[in-house]
Amino acid sequence: MLYKQIQDNKRKTILLVTLFVSLTLAIGWAVGYAFSESSISGMVITAIILVVYIPMTYMSASSQVLKMSGAKEADRNEHAQLYAIVEELSLVSRVPMPKVYIIDDPALNAFATGIKPEKGAVAFTTGLLETLNREELSGVVAHELAHIRNYDIRLMTICIALVGVIILIADVGTRFFFFGGNRRGGGGKRGGNPIIMIVAILLIILAPMAAQFTRLAVSRNREYLADATAVEFTRNPEGLVRALRKISGDTRDVKKAQESTASMYISRPLKKKKKNRNNMWSTHPPIEDRIKRLQEM
Amino acid sequence: MTTIIIIVVIVLIGLYVMSQYNGMIKLRNWVQESWHQIDVQLQRRHDLIPNLVNTVKGYATHEQETLEKVIQARNQLVEGTPQERIEADNQIQETLRSIFALSESYPDLKANENFLKLQDELTETENKVAYSRQLYNKTVADYNIKRETFPTNIIANMFGFKREEMLEAPEESREAPTVSF
Repeated sequence: MLYKQIQDNKRKTILLVTLFVSLTLAIGWAVGYAFSESSISGMVITAIILVVYIPMTYMSASSQVLKMSGAKEADRNEHAQLYAIVEELSLVSRVPMPKVYIIDDPALNAFATGIKPEKGAVAFTTGLLETLNREELSGVVAHELAHIRNYDIRLMTICIALVGVIILIADVGTRFFFFGGNRRGGGGKRGGNPIIMIVAILLIILAPMAAQFTRLAVSRNREYLADATAVEFTRNPEGLVRALRKISGDTRDVKKAQESTASMYISRPLKKKKKNRNNMWSTHPPIEDRIKRLQEM
Repeated sequence: MTTIIIIVVIVLIGLYVMSQYNGMIKLRNWVQESWHQIDVQLQRRHDLIPNLVNTVKGYATHEQETLEKVIQARNQLVEGTPQERIEADNQIQETLRSIFALSESYPDLKANENFLKLQDELTETENKVAYSRQLYNKTVADYNIKRETFPTNIIANMFGFKREEMLEAPEESREAPTVSF
């Protein structure tokens, strides 16, 4: 059951990322088709933007996250138990010992960062450390290390970059729409098929939203995967289940959490702001669903 | 044309064999590395035990026998086959539990900071042994599966990759320890 969940998750991620890249190229095509002479050049330009933009986001992303969250490196003597847990679990997950950070915040939450496992870091709120016992904390630590080992931070950074590129190109498309591109400005020299034209314009309008959905779907998917991987490490689903129960009972926001880093926390850090939003708009699956899956393992 | 196809096929097969061979080498190294993780922890426990015994000696004068036993047994942590060492560790862990429990009957010992620190460290290393053993067994399983399934078994036989054995946990280690004085 456990290994099947892990396999399923990996397959879904591949599917979603393929969908994502296709969507990005499709919007490049649409802008090219609707407002310029050739749709191919639109795709090529999009591909070039992708190649330049992704590494840029990549490099700037992880170093900022810790600073923005207000995390401080944990003292080894003061947090001996936490260090012991992280050491044990990084042993079994075969990732290098990550740096351990503490966020001074009463909310119950934790996150991981690091594009590569070698640069991994995990952060925990003081509220979490005070509330959870050793077993529960092990579950949370394992979940965070799973994010590192599964390269989720890299994946989510790429997804965020892809969303950025799609929004950028859709924006270019919208501008053409109002101010006139080659095809429109040229007085209909080459009209193009009206149906394809409508598809192209719809794509430009809907792609940014679709991109957000896809990003969030990938994010939710990786949460389930991290839960499953965490159990592979601890062999103790109960610990994580109880930790998630305690965490879900807590409705406080993490003060310095950012929208863009939300998918790296163990549960949604910004709960108040979008309490009533439905599942499709969330970076995390509902905790009840996560608990249900954990209990099925 | 046919020669080109034959060459391409041979090159592709060669590349496949190479990547699978490298994959097996990686797994075999992981097996060794994960054993090394256990080794480090057992070594650490071997070094910590005399400190614990010296600390306890001064307080628990009636327990010399238990203390002698653990001192002698500790050498088995660093000698012998992996399976023997793990079994020795399981036995030592039970003796250690009874030594830790001594603090209940000797309040002075319970207040000794050195004792508490050693107790924490020995418990921590025991946890690490458990986790490293889990990793070791998983790595061995991955390696053996790759070694025995088609078509990688052909490559494994060709280059003489040997089967690795998992570390078995003795039954009694899963039960709660019985402490007697």
